[in-house]
Amino acid sequence: MAAVTDNIILVAEADTAPATDAAAVTETGTEIHAAAEHEVFPPFDPSSFGGQLLWLAITFGALYLLMSRVALPRIGSIIDTRRTRIDGDLREAERLRQETEKAAAAYEAALAEARRNAHAIAEETRSGIKADIDNRRADVEGQLAKRMSEAEARIRTEKDKALANVGAIAAETAVMLVSRISGSASVEDAKKAVAAVTKE
Amino acid sequence: MADPNKVDPIHQFQITNIVQFGDGGLALTNSALFMVLTVAVIAVYLLLSTQKRSIVPNRVQLISEMLYEFVAKMVSDSAGTAGMKFFPFVFSLFMFVLVANMFGMIPLFFTVTSHIIITFALAMLVFGVVIVYGFMKNGPKFLKLFVPSGVPGYVLPIVVPIEVVSFLSRPISLSVRLFANILAGHITLKVFAGFIVTLGGLGFLGWLGALLPLVMTVAITALEFLVAALQAYVFAVLTSMYINDAIHPSH
Repeated sequence: MAAVTDNIILVAEADTAPATDAAAVTETGTEIHAAAEHEVFPPFDPSSFGGQLLWLAITFGALYLLMSRVALPRIGSIIDTRRTRIDGDLREAERLRQETEKAAAAYEAALAEARRNAHAIAEETRSGIKADIDNRRADVEGQLAKRMSEAEARIRTEKDKALANVGAIAAETAVMLVSRISGSASVEDAKKAVAAVTKE
Repeated sequence: MADPNKVDPIHQFQITNIVQFGDGGLALTNSALFMVLTVAVIAVYLLLSTQKRSIVPNRVQLISEMLYEFVAKMVSDSAGTAGMKFFPFVFSLFMFVLVANMFGMIPLFFTVTSHIIITFALAMLVFGVVIVYGFMKNGPKFLKLFVPSGVPGYVLPIVVPIEVVSFLSRPISLSVRLFANILAGHITLKVFAGFIVTLGGLGFLGWLGALLPLVMTVAITALEFLVAALQAYVFAVLTSMYINDAIHPSH
């Protein structure tokens, strides 16, 4: 503050001094020259304070109102909107991802189920066919065995029957042979002879 | 020395009337004009770039959103969610200081923040907001701000005055930091640029000699862009921290 007062005093002196003196002073020192021209160092010139303060109040007040009422809420809302939008999109993406995973799991389960079913069906068919084949084979074998035993039985009876007839035929043949050779022969004797021969 | 070669680094801070409304009344000065331009550029950019409200932002809208999120993070990191009440305030301060500083980097443009009264008024606004809100929210407990917890009682007579002084000096340090950085930067830039002109008027050797200040000017210009952005950031961060004190006075 002291410097300012000094400057003012200097200026006052320069102003009141005769024109020639002022010119001399101007030439001798630039400091005094500057002081004479500008009266005081402008940033410390109290005469400009009032006007500057008034304009600062007007302009800064306007700036504050514009910022707090219009500009900042708008930018804030833009940023908020974007943030909620991004958050929402991320949540939606997460939801879709989980859905996809669920669908994939369901698909896997269905696939495994189908595979299991296919195995079961194949197994069932295979065992069914095998059982069928076994049944039929058993059937066929049974029938064959039956027929075989029947045939054997028949052969046996035929053989028995044939063997039983052999004596009679031999007796008849013997009667015929004897009657040709000696004229007569009884059937009873022939049978006895045959029986005697066959016993030997 | 010829007049065009005269280097006057102070002239750029001169406030001149552009339009005078009535005699001795309100005047539109160059300072006022650039305050209006600063606010207009901020408002027009933020409003136009976000007009479409697109979910997928284009480049212009993205810059607005990045500024928003940058300051929002700054405030919530320093002052927590309770501090978000002051987000529009901090955002306005940050944008105002940033754009005003950046306007200052354009040749022939007036730098609003090179005047102590502007930065001091902004700092006092922060100071006032902290005090008023601090007492409104915490009542007399706000005074705990000056009594750090966990400090033994016999040290308090020393600590409390220090805390009070540091609290009271906040608006000064906050305003002088911004003002001095911008002022010094602009003066340095002007002085070095003036050397180029002065040396350039001295013939061939002068031209060679002018290369050095030319390089310096380019480098300082880059530095000043950094300072312009950094000081806006520092101002906003400190504001957030002071607001945190108003919300949570016991530290």
